[in-house]
Amino acid sequence: MEALFATTTGILAASGLYLALRGRTFPVVVGLTLLSYAVNLFLFSTGGLTTDGAAVISDDASKYADPLPQALVLTAIVIGFAMTAFSVILAMRVRGDVGSDHVNGNRVDEPREDKS
Amino acid sequence: MSLLLIVLLPLLGSLLPSLSSNQRRHQCALLTAAMPLIALLVTLRETPGVIAGEVPRLAFSWVPALGLDLALRLDGLSLLFVLLILGIGLLIILYARHYLSEADNMPRFYAYLMLFMTSMLGIVMADNLILLWMFWELTSLSSFLLIGFWSHQSAARKGARMALAVTGMGGLALLAGLILIGQIVGTFDMQTVLDSRDVILADPRYLPALLLILLGAFTKSAQFPFQFWLPQAMAAPTPVSAFLHSATMVKAGVFLLARLHPALAGSQEWLYLVSLTGLVTMLYGAYFALIKLDLKTILAYSTVSHLGLITMLFGLNSQMAVVAGLFHILNHATFKAALFMTAGIVDHECGTRDIRKLKGLWRYMPMTTALAAITAASMAGFPLLNGFLSKEMMLAETLETPLLGGLAWLIPVLATIGSILAAAYSLRYVRNTFFDGKPRELEKTPHEASFPMRLPVLVLAIVCIIIGLFPAFSATGILTTAADAALTMPAPELHLSIWHGFNLPLLMSAIALIGGFMVYVLRQHLFTFHRQFPSRNSLAIFEGAVQRLVRFTQWGIDTLENGSLQRYMLWVVISALAVSGMSLMGIETLKGELAVQKADPLLIVGAAITCFAGLATAFLHRRRLISLIMLSVVGLMASLAFARFSAPDLALTQLAVEVVTVILLMLALFFLPQKTPKESSASRIVRDVLLAAGFGGVVASLNYALLTRPLNSISDYFLEHSVSGGGGHNVVNVILVDFRGFDTLGEITVLCIAGIGIYKLLNRLRLFMPSSDSEGRPWSPDRYPMILASVSQSLLPMALLVSVFIFLRGHNAPGGGFIAGLVTAVALILMYIAHGVEWAQQRLSFQYQPIAVSGVAIATLTGVGSWAFGYPFLTSAFGHFHIPLIGDVELATAMLFDLGVYLTVVGATLMILANLGKVTTSHRPSKQKEKA
Repeated sequence: MEALFATTTGILAASGLYLALRGRTFPVVVGLTLLSYAVNLFLFSTGGLTTDGAAVISDDASKYADPLPQALVLTAIVIGFAMTAFSVILAMRVRGDVGSDHVNGNRVDEPREDKS
Repeated sequence: MSLLLIVLLPLLGSLLPSLSSNQRRHQCALLTAAMPLIALLVTLRETPGVIAGEVPRLAFSWVPALGLDLALRLDGLSLLFVLLILGIGLLIILYARHYLSEADNMPRFYAYLMLFMTSMLGIVMADNLILLWMFWELTSLSSFLLIGFWSHQSAARKGARMALAVTGMGGLALLAGLILIGQIVGTFDMQTVLDSRDVILADPRYLPALLLILLGAFTKSAQFPFQFWLPQAMAAPTPVSAFLHSATMVKAGVFLLARLHPALAGSQEWLYLVSLTGLVTMLYGAYFALIKLDLKTILAYSTVSHLGLITMLFGLNSQMAVVAGLFHILNHATFKAALFMTAGIVDHECGTRDIRKLKGLWRYMPMTTALAAITAASMAGFPLLNGFLSKEMMLAETLETPLLGGLAWLIPVLATIGSILAAAYSLRYVRNTFFDGKPRELEKTPHEASFPMRLPVLVLAIVCIIIGLFPAFSATGILTTAADAALTMPAPELHLSIWHGFNLPLLMSAIALIGGFMVYVLRQHLFTFHRQFPSRNSLAIFEGAVQRLVRFTQWGIDTLENGSLQRYMLWVVISALAVSGMSLMGIETLKGELAVQKADPLLIVGAAITCFAGLATAFLHRRRLISLIMLSVVGLMASLAFARFSAPDLALTQLAVEVVTVILLMLALFFLPQKTPKESSASRIVRDVLLAAGFGGVVASLNYALLTRPLNSISDYFLEHSVSGGGGHNVVNVILVDFRGFDTLGEITVLCIAGIGIYKLLNRLRLFMPSSDSEGRPWSPDRYPMILASVSQSLLPMALLVSVFIFLRGHNAPGGGFIAGLVTAVALILMYIAHGVEWAQQRLSFQYQPIAVSGVAIATLTGVGSWAFGYPFLTSAFGHFHIPLIGDVELATAMLFDLGVYLTVVGATLMILANLGKVTTSHRPSKQKEKA
């Protein structure tokens, strides 16, 4: 199970990084989001993979999942959303002002696929 | 307390001149002079005590963690320098009053001068190594301002920059050296350091410390090979040169040698490094002083030479040599300040300092001529003047030195040659300027300078004569006290007198004077000889070096920071890979000692779907919509994974965020190209795939290694104290709002800031609106589908109810402010999607920015509230209440905090999405409207 979990995290991280290295803003944002999923899963797993752990404190519960990584990841998810939102809207603003969606601000001729 | 006054009064004095205006020059000068005058009086009051052997000290703790104390002392060595600095400083103030022209900003000049004076006083009185260094750097900075005072002149700017670069770098070396000394001794306290010579000399760090400290002292005192900055600093106004290069700035270096002499001297390293550097500098400076054509440059090189002489004396490891060095410091300060002032007078009255144009000025300025002749004679070492006494002591000391062993005779010979050159350039300075025919090509007819301008020179010349005639009466007391302090033991008995009988030093002095006269007579041959060398402009060399350095760093910046995000990402990832790869290689086996859990089929299927969706997101990225859908699959699977591994809070949060993220990205995609053009080269793709694969491999290995090792978590504390300390059964929520509430406060603040940032980014954004999809099909005319509209409307109250429920139970069951906020946000966004922005805004007529901000405010105020009860920030309190129908409800202040979280999440999320939605619909070219 551990190997499976680790492999999944690794594949997600690799896919996210590949996208983050692309030249256009949208794939980069998608890549960063994917990367943040991988990171969240990774962080979460630092507390160990607990099956059937009790979610809340009760007298008859035998084991609990480590709450600390959960608290960290919970805020990370929300902040990650804020970051994704900020970067994608920055990308839109750049396209509006510079006229290009290239991450380096290059003015490349866009294929006018969205012509009406 | 009086010690503090001596240092701080001039600092106060740097503010006073600015009270006066540039027009009222008398008032300005008087205001400036007042503070140093008081400081001088305070010093004089302390003087009898210090000469009697007292050492007034004063210490305040300043930054104890760094060993930095505001500690001052006034021992004999300090006293000598304080009197020089304040005494000559006052004369300079008077001189500058008449030297500066109407165009110069006098208050500013005086302010810089006073600042410099303070830092100089600080150096000589510091009783703590770090404090000494701090004042040392202050002199570098304030001398930069003074040298570059005529900032409209390129030479002044460059000279100031050069002085700052050289002395500033020396200062950094000095700091390193002093810290090493502090580590060897264990304290930065001056007295302790001075008393620990044996410890310091025995330590292996002695040599590096010595080298660094000497680097600082030699750059400051313009010792070879750092002498080049001093002649360039002559671009400064003459009062500055007279002050900085006679009594102060350049004397700081030799002061340091004297100050640390008890702690550092005595070793072979000290002997060779210091005395040979001094000897070389003395000869180098003397030779160029004879060659140069500009009056001030001649004096600058002679200063270099005399500083070399003093340095050599401190290096000789002999007690008497230290006394001689201190005596020469005093004498050099008097005659050199006076000589600089005469050069300034000549410049002021004739408009040039070129020795080729100046001749026979005695006709026009007899008084100045007399003063210049007296002081130059002192510089040459002419009997009956003070320069003679210390020079003879120097010559006597060179006869005694063990330096160079069997070749020891070389030292006195070279010292005599230096003295010959000194006599020659002194003679040249006076004769070529004031005698020898009539002036040529002068722009104006020179005349005698005004009396107040001559007065400071007169005072200094009188001092030269008095010390020269009555050394035992005038100088022995202060000199013995200073030497006691510089040696930290009683100095050898001092017999200052003009006549010691016929002996070898006297013969050497005579040779120096006669030889100097002969060299002067034959000087043309020397000049002819010197012309064979290509002339080298140290300023051009230095500027060239600086330019090359700038070009090199610019090249480095351009290469590393070329404006390409892809390049930056590459560097970041490669460094991350290198660091984590290294540590992975450091462990023996990837698998730790924990037993592996068995995977069930459902888990395998889930993992397979996740991996497939992740890879598909990457490989289909050029078709953006599909890529986005794949991304949302990954998000959903992540949420399921959280649920599977006993983290319901995370599952709920991830689910809600997933919805919001996908809506956001869909909206954004509307404005961005639907497809990514094919532009990465094949090699780029191979590179990125390899890099990504390597990265994924490292992440997976790290994760596996972590998962198979036992962990030592601090979570047990939270699990134990959650109910008793935080009053909640949901530990995750209690951690968020109670244990680590301060972190959460920071996080919601970030969220709020991101929302506001996005709001500003979207402000006045105009984007191209496609009126059809990428295949040219028009958008559906049914903009707001009926079914979605009616379902969402009926869902809204339900969703709000659920969010309240989740919020309220959050402390004890999965839920809480974050999740409730997201659920509310999703429900409201659904209204926007189903009915459009206009419709929703009519009904939800409130701004989201205040909601987010008030959320942060509530959370902060909750934290502040605990102050009212005398608890630290964010201390929580709770109690259980029984409410009919609902049951046992626990009310905690943490819930109020959670309310802040809730409001921030709702406000920020809607601020982002609703504002983005507004861009979509405000001026959308709809087919429907076109028809209508």
